[in-house]
Amino acid sequence: MSTELTHEQITGGGKPVFFDFDEHDHPEGGSTMLGFWMYLMSDCLIFAVLFACYGVLGHGYGGGKGPKELFELPLVAFNTAMLLFSSLTYGIAMLTMEKGSVRQVQFWLVVTGLFGLTFLGVEMYEFSNLIAEGNGPSRSAFLSAFFTLVGTHGFHVTCGLIWLTTLVIQIGTHGLGQANRRRLQCLSMFWHFLDVIWIGVFTIVYLMGVLG
Amino acid sequence: MSADTHSAHAPEYDAGAGGYHDAHGDDMPHGSMRDYVIGFILSVILTAIPFALVMTGALDHTWTAILVLGSALIQVFVHMIYFLHMKTSNEGGWSFIALLFTLIVIVITLSGSIWVMYHMNANMMPMSPAMSSETMSQQ
Repeated sequence: MSTELTHEQITGGGKPVFFDFDEHDHPEGGSTMLGFWMYLMSDCLIFAVLFACYGVLGHGYGGGKGPKELFELPLVAFNTAMLLFSSLTYGIAMLTMEKGSVRQVQFWLVVTGLFGLTFLGVEMYEFSNLIAEGNGPSRSAFLSAFFTLVGTHGFHVTCGLIWLTTLVIQIGTHGLGQANRRRLQCLSMFWHFLDVIWIGVFTIVYLMGVLG
Repeated sequence: MSADTHSAHAPEYDAGAGGYHDAHGDDMPHGSMRDYVIGFILSVILTAIPFALVMTGALDHTWTAILVLGSALIQVFVHMIYFLHMKTSNEGGWSFIALLFTLIVIVITLSGSIWVMYHMNANMMPMSPAMSSETMSQQ
């Protein structure tokens, strides 16, 4: 932080200082958590708009099948359980992180990842079944809105899984330093946030849809 | 803690004390095993109730809808408190302000869209299911 000009040379002695020429020494990542929270809030807005879309278009069946005929609630209940379990195991991963054991953190992250992978697999199965039966996104406004909303959530879970895999490797090579702890914290927020969004999805789309 | 450390942003630079301190790194919200287990059990209950109600059809339509939406709302709070460790004091209150702002925008977006589009639909020329399936099959 040694600048070539001193304060006196720049400000000319007793004159008031309008600029702070010394760069502040903010520790790396000091504002990361707040920044990431801001990102999550803007992501929340994306989902709010997609929910609004679904609310508006969700009854446009175009003469085709509606939620009652298309959705299989046992499958959705299973998927909900998968995400819930993964939230718990990620929480345990964060607790073992405080103890500083790399192996244990990696183990719980992998368990979390497997739950996430199962969730994605079941969702893919559901989507491919719908499309195979001719109920793809282009069939009706309802199905377009459904695929966009649930697909966007699935895309987020996919990104979360990629991120999770990266972190498992990264803490394996670099350990649980301050930077990696921060990254794990961010992914923790992201992962729990996706579970919160899923509450909205299974309630509004699946349960209220089947209820009619 | 963050409230104290923010005073370090004042122009006085204390080189002797190692410069500006920001303890945000230590200030991350922590959870305990107890938090996660309580959150998990509550979530399981609040998920099982709506699924059971809809799948068995034990109650009438209105009550089922109220209980399903009610459990979802409570579960969102459970997740925020026990999993995301939200406190109004996190990051000096800024994350809570961001959350409030987001909620306001969400309420406006959701209620506005649904309200406006519902009225537009209600005022449109009625279209029978037969007509709409005809237009679909023509495509």
